[in-house]
Amino acid sequence: MTETSLSPADVSRLYRSLRRIRRFEEVTAEIYPSDRIKSPVHLAIGQEQVSAAICDVLGAGDWVGGSYRSHAMYLAKGGSMPAMMAEMFGKDTGCCRGKGGSMHVIDAAAGVMGSSAVVSTQIPVAAGYALAAKRARAGHVVAVFFGDGASEEGCFYETLNFAALHALPLLFVCENNGYAIHEPIARRRARPDEICSVAEALGVPAWRIDDGDVFAIRQTADEAVRRMRKGGGPALIEAKVYRWREHVGPNEDYDQGYRFADEVVPWKRTDQVERLAAMVEPALRTRIDAEVEAEIAEAVRFAEDSPIPQPKEVWSDVYA
Amino acid sequence: MSTPDAVRPLKYVDALREAVEQEMDRDPSVFVFGLDVDDHKCIQGSTRGLLQKFGSDRVFTTPLSEDAMTGVAIGAAMAGMRPIHVHIRMDFMLLCMNQLVNIAAKASYMWGGQVKVPLVVRSMIGKSWGQGAQHSQGLHSMFMHVPGLKVAAPSNAHDAKGCMIAAIRDDNPVVFMEHRLLYGTETDVPAAPFAVEPGKARLCTRGDDVTVVGISNMVQEAIRAAELLAEAGVQAEVIDPIWLKPLDIATIVESARRTRRLLVVDNGWEMCGASAEIVAGVLEAAGPEAGIRVQRMGFAATTCPTSPWLEAEFYPNPGTIAAAAWKLARPDAEPWVPSPERTRLAYQVQFKGPF
Repeated sequence: MTETSLSPADVSRLYRSLRRIRRFEEVTAEIYPSDRIKSPVHLAIGQEQVSAAICDVLGAGDWVGGSYRSHAMYLAKGGSMPAMMAEMFGKDTGCCRGKGGSMHVIDAAAGVMGSSAVVSTQIPVAAGYALAAKRARAGHVVAVFFGDGASEEGCFYETLNFAALHALPLLFVCENNGYAIHEPIARRRARPDEICSVAEALGVPAWRIDDGDVFAIRQTADEAVRRMRKGGGPALIEAKVYRWREHVGPNEDYDQGYRFADEVVPWKRTDQVERLAAMVEPALRTRIDAEVEAEIAEAVRFAEDSPIPQPKEVWSDVYA
Repeated sequence: MSTPDAVRPLKYVDALREAVEQEMDRDPSVFVFGLDVDDHKCIQGSTRGLLQKFGSDRVFTTPLSEDAMTGVAIGAAMAGMRPIHVHIRMDFMLLCMNQLVNIAAKASYMWGGQVKVPLVVRSMIGKSWGQGAQHSQGLHSMFMHVPGLKVAAPSNAHDAKGCMIAAIRDDNPVVFMEHRLLYGTETDVPAAPFAVEPGKARLCTRGDDVTVVGISNMVQEAIRAAELLAEAGVQAEVIDPIWLKPLDIATIVESARRTRRLLVVDNGWEMCGASAEIVAGVLEAAGPEAGIRVQRMGFAATTCPTSPWLEAEFYPNPGTIAAAAWKLARPDAEPWVPSPERTRLAYQVQFKGPF
C-alpha cells in the first residue's frame, strides 16, 4: 500500500464514498431475504475502491458506464441512492421506473450511463459517448468499468482499437476479481496476467494495480484522465480486486467448492474501507458514518413508501 | 435553376445520397460512418461527395468491427449525436445483433425513458451476379420481431429519400433496408427535403381481383406481375408497406377485405417472415367472415445459390407472382402462366457485377 499525499479532506471524501457503497450493499444484503428487493443483485462488497477512486477524479460532464455489477460506480459518480433502491424494489420512482432493476441502473443527470447485463456491451457504447465528448471539445472524458470476463469478449479488443485510432477520451477500467461467475481466470485466459498487454499492443497505455490500494488507483486515474482531457487518447487501468460475496445474491459462497475462504483473507486484511476509516479523524468519522446510515435509511424508506407502477406503464417508453 | 419545390427524376442511389446531404446540412449532429463510406466507390455512390463537403469528422470509415462499431453508434446517439451506420450488405448486420437487439432496441425502455437512440443503420441487400449465400439475405423479419426497433424498406427513389429523412429525424433506432437492384431505378423525387413517415402504406396499382403486397424489391416485381395479370384480365392491387415496422396493416386489411385474396411477396424467407406476419395480421383483423384466401411467396427455403440457373429458381419473379395471383383470383379456372417471352421482358434488368 502506498502513502498518500492527499489532504485530510480528500481522504475523508474518499472514505465517505467507500463507506456509502459498502453500507448500501450490506443493507441491500440484509433486506434481500425479505423479498422486498425484487431483482438479482450483484454486490460490490470488496470492490468499492475502484469506483470510489476513479469517480473521485471525474466531474460534471464526464460519464461512466458499467455492467450488471454497477451499484458502486453509480453511487460514486453521484447517482441518486433513493432512485436506485426504489428501482430494486420495483417501484415507479426507480431510476428505470421499474423496468431495469439492479442490473440496469442509470442516472443521466449525474453522468451515469445505463448499465448493461450482457457482458462487455457497455464498452463500445462508452466509446460512443467518448466520440461525442471528443467532438464537443469540452475536455470531458468517459470511464467504462468492466470485469476480467469482459476482457475476453471480442468487442473489448475492437473498442480498444477504435478508441486508440481516434484518440478517444476513454478510460478502460478492468475490475479484475479473478472470476467470471464461478470460473477462475486461469481456466479462461491463455495468459491471465496480460490483460494490459492487449491495450499496449494497440498503443494504449495501461497500468495494473495488484493490491487494491485506493490511493494508487486514484493516482493512476488522475494522471490518465489529465492526459486524456488534453487529447492524449485512451488509457487502461486493471485493478485487481476480490469479490467477497457470491456472484449474484446476498450471501458468501466459500462453501461451494469453486473457491475457498483463505483467498479472501489477505483482501480483508487490507480492506480499504477500514484502512481509510482509520485515517479519518474520529469525530469526523463518526459524523460521516451517521450521515451515511441516515442516507441509506432514507433511501430504503423512500423505496418502501413509493408507489408501484401502474399496469399501463408496461407499454410506455418502448419507443422514445 | 431548380426551385425548392421542384420535382425531377432521380435515381434511388442519388435520392439516398441527397437525403443524407440535406440532413447533414440541416443538423450538425448527423454523421455517417462505416467501412468504405469514404472510399472512391462511396458505397456504390450513395455517399458520394459527403466526405468532401462535411469532412472526416462527419464521414469516416471504421475498422472491421461491426459489433463494437454498432455500440459506438448507439453510445454516440445516446450522447446526443445522430449517427448513420452503413453496411454494404445486410448479411454483415448479423455481427451487430447483440448491440442492436440487447442495447439499441431496449435502451429507452430498460433505462426508464432516460435515453433515446436516434440511430439509422443502412444496409443493402444484394441479388444476382453470384451474390450467393452471404450477400443476398433479407433479414428484416429478425428486426421486425424486436420491440424498440423500426424497419424501413423503400422500393423506389421517392421513398428512399423520404424514408431516409424520416429515419434520420426519428428518435429511435431504424434499420434501413436498401436493395442493390433498386439503386439504378428512377422516379420523380422532390428536390426539397421531405419525410415519408412510418405507418402509411402505398397503393401502387388499383384492382379488385387480388391484393398483392410486395416488400422492398419485390414491390417492383409485383408491379410487373400486375401488368402481366392485366393482360389476362385480372386486376391486381399492389401495395407497398414502405415501413415494415411500424406496419400499416389497416391499408392491407382494407384492400384484402375487398378483393378477398391476399398474396404477400417477400424479399426474404416465408418461415416466421414478414409475409407470415402480414398474412396473420390481416386474417386476425378481418376475421373468418371476410373469407380472405391467402398465400405467401418469398425466397426458396434454401440458401441462395450463385449459379444464375439455380438462382432463377430461388427468387419469386413477375411470372411466378402473376401465376400465383391468378390462382388465388381464379381458383376454379384452369391454371394460367404468362408466356415465357412476356415474363422475360417483364423481369427486371439483370445486374452485372462485379458487386
